[in-house]
Amino acid sequence: MSELRDRIQETIAREPVIAFVKGTHEQAYCGNSERAMQALRAVGAPFAAVDVLPDPAIRQELSALSRWPTIPQIFVRGELIGGADIVQELAASGELETTLNSKLGEGWREGEERTIALTDATPNPFRVVG
Amino acid sequence: MTAAIEQLLRDAFPDVRELEVTDRTGGGDHFHVTVVSPRFNSLPLVAQHRLVYDALAAPLGDGTIHELRITTRGDT
Repeated sequence: MSELRDRIQETIAREPVIAFVKGTHEQAYCGNSERAMQALRAVGAPFAAVDVLPDPAIRQELSALSRWPTIPQIFVRGELIGGADIVQELAASGELETTLNSKLGEGWREGEERTIALTDATPNPFRVVG
Repeated sequence: MTAAIEQLLRDAFPDVRELEVTDRTGGGDHFHVTVVSPRFNSLPLVAQHRLVYDALAAPLGDGTIHELRITTRGDT
């Protein structure tokens, strides 16, 4: 088990809604990543985005963990709910809200959309915070 | 490539009720596949799509398929 895979696992476990995308929440570099984030926005679900582009190993380790070959990947409370097609389909049918309600409880609309670094899961004591 | 993908899906889902493979951009590497099969009945969507990914693992792995959109349904 690699250290990176552990960090991915911890981040997935920690964030109520997390989207692994190409790009950031502000700028997607892939139509499918954009579709998935738009679907989450459509139901008003704040999410943490993780950009897989800076390091190809992120995508490799993520896919090994999730047994899902493509990006984006969206997790709710630690569970893979799908890629862009599924999330879009669930948002359109209303099932996404049902899933969020049942997995996260009533407060799931609270919070802010943001992009996080996987390194935040294990703060580096030597990192300069400025 | 469209025909090759269709064949892979037919092999993986011999009981397929409906199968459509579209080359979305005409470039031969962005596809949309629609598969309707009783095998999907009562399976969660993630599991349904995993079966399609498994069927197309070879062209996905070697980059022949650059982008794949998936629509799946059971037959009930």
